[in-house]
Amino acid sequence: MVLVPTAYAPSSNNKTSSWRTTKPVIDYGKCTRCMICWKFCPDVAIGVTQGMNLEFPNERFAKMEAPYIDYDYCKGCGICANECPFDAIDMVQESEM
Amino acid sequence: MMNLVIYLFNFSIWDLGNKMYEIRFHGRGGQGAVTASKILATAAFKEGKWVTSFPFYGTERRGAPVAAFTRIDNNKVELRTQIYSPDTVILLDKSLMNIINVTDGLKENGLILINSRKNDVLNHPELKKFKVAVVDATSIAIRNRLGDPAHPIVNTAILGAYAKISGIVKLESIIEATKDLSPSKINENINAVKQAYDEVEVI
Amino acid sequence: MRNMNKNWNIMTGNEAVALATKLAGVRFVSAYPITPQTAIVEKIAEMVANEKMDAKFIEVESEHSAMASVMGSELAGVRSFTASSSHGILYMHEMLNWVAGMRLPILMAVVNRSIGPPWNIWADHSDTMIQRDTGWMQLYGESNQEAMDTIILGYKLAEHKDILLPIMVMQDAFTLSHTSEPVEIRDEMVVREFLGDLNLPFKIDTNRPMGYGSLMPPDGPFMELKMDMKKSMYSAVDRFVEITKEFNDLFDANFPGPVEGFMMEDADYALITLGSISSTAKYVVRNLRNQGKKVGLLRILLYRPFPKDLVISYLRGLKGFGVVDRSSTYGPYGSLYMDVISSIYGKLEIPAANFVAGLGGRDVRVKDFEEMFTKIMEGEEGEIWINVGVK
Repeated sequence: MVLVPTAYAPSSNNKTSSWRTTKPVIDYGKCTRCMICWKFCPDVAIGVTQGMNLEFPNERFAKMEAPYIDYDYCKGCGICANECPFDAIDMVQESEM
Repeated sequence: MMNLVIYLFNFSIWDLGNKMYEIRFHGRGGQGAVTASKILATAAFKEGKWVTSFPFYGTERRGAPVAAFTRIDNNKVELRTQIYSPDTVILLDKSLMNIINVTDGLKENGLILINSRKNDVLNHPELKKFKVAVVDATSIAIRNRLGDPAHPIVNTAILGAYAKISGIVKLESIIEATKDLSPSKINENINAVKQAYDEVEVI
Repeated sequence: MRNMNKNWNIMTGNEAVALATKLAGVRFVSAYPITPQTAIVEKIAEMVANEKMDAKFIEVESEHSAMASVMGSELAGVRSFTASSSHGILYMHEMLNWVAGMRLPILMAVVNRSIGPPWNIWADHSDTMIQRDTGWMQLYGESNQEAMDTIILGYKLAEHKDILLPIMVMQDAFTLSHTSEPVEIRDEMVVREFLGDLNLPFKIDTNRPMGYGSLMPPDGPFMELKMDMKKSMYSAVDRFVEITKEFNDLFDANFPGPVEGFMMEDADYALITLGSISSTAKYVVRNLRNQGKKVGLLRILLYRPFPKDLVISYLRGLKGFGVVDRSSTYGPYGSLYMDVISSIYGKLEIPAANFVAGLGGRDVRVKDFEEMFTKIMEGEEGEIWINVGVK
């Protein structure tokens, strides 16, 4: 047999949350569910959720799908906070948690 | 009725022995010199000979001088160079004689077969040392509507003439190879082969 | 006289390669046209379109993409093929290394052509000599029969479970690619049986996703992978001898194997060559033998891995030899010469000349080989360029 440069390393075994020093936190009271953060997340660590008992800025957002952050894989890059047009995402120091 | 022509001449086929036979074709792009070398090789191949046929590829365009080569041997052909001293030169366009030295390296008493009318090459000083044969392949091609009158495709006709005067391949083999390699107008090409076989003259 | 009982046909080198891919059961072809290789891909495209060949054919926008797409198909476990020439191969250079490093037994047919500038479409080996250190095996043929047989043998060698490396199969531009000559067509059923199915142990499995060729730190098995590639490649010389024997028995053929010694048994002087010029060299050797000169020819077919032990065994006892390089490389000597000399270093001490001939399709004539033999018989050494001088 020959040596082949293949690697079986599923992401379930490789949670990248340990790389994070700051974490994004969504203020659902400001979030308009525009999903720009979901589009921009380079690690697909922002998912879409519905029906969670979340705050909302206005009654017409109540039943819309909302973004949520998968803290197992978020590396804390801050792109979502930078892109959010409504300043609804804050980057919080991990040590403060 | 063209197919019913009976051939009175029965030339014997030379035994090549251990001799390799080298043929060089000169023509102009579009006249079919490369295909002619391939048809001749295929015909000899059908008779069990070892053959190679190859063009000298330059920057092809219609009207530019092209050369093609065929080697025929009973044994496997090892030489892969161009042909520098051919046994035969086949000239698909007589006007090339004014442009290039078509007989370059041709063996003394070697055969040069020219697509021409007899009077146009008679007493040509360059041809004195050689055995010269002529056939008006251009008229034969036009008669058989091969190519168009401005650019007749003369390659199959010239091979019919070659079959008769060379004794290297049989007419039947040339006809079979023409059938294999003609992209269209198969019957017209075969008729051209047969007419040239009948009309070729040694001068 | 040819054996008329066999299935012969007259074809060009390009046609022989295209037909061989059909016989070998190639299922995926991706290529980009370049002179003088274009006819190979055209013929395959025609066979696929006419449903005479059961394969998927895609035309891509560049040679880099051609190599990338056969890498994908081969990883999926499908026998894949591409063909190229000259600058096309240079454009693939990065992907050639990826394919070799990922141990994918892809076969690429190469019609050897020079590298510009100046622009030149004719034969020399510069295009593949440049790629000799990419981890691809290299096989140089001298006839259209070998153009067909090396495709079949190439897949058999590359796909061997202890080798699993890609292979380039070479023929010379025009001298073979556009020359029509008799070729014995191998039986399709026997070829399929000879090759078997491609069984890639690490092919893509959607149920068990894997990373291929991902980052490897210095302490990861990076060196070990490279060492394993070299070991596998050099095991291919003996494998090729075995495979050749099996092939010859099966097809009643006489394929020479990694090297061919021609009239070498009692030779005092010999030339070492690659590719189609070897045929003319044999013609010259025969003529010189008839004149009583004890000369021979050693032809290298398998250039990577370099069959060093076989070369030593043929050169032992010679009084002098010459190596003919048909490529422009810029080491102290030509690349084939350096491979030969480093192989015999410390084992044989024989005067050796390095001839450079036939660049950019310049005809290597009978008198050129005669000149080479004269020079080695006179004991000349060093680098000698043959048939040069602007006319």
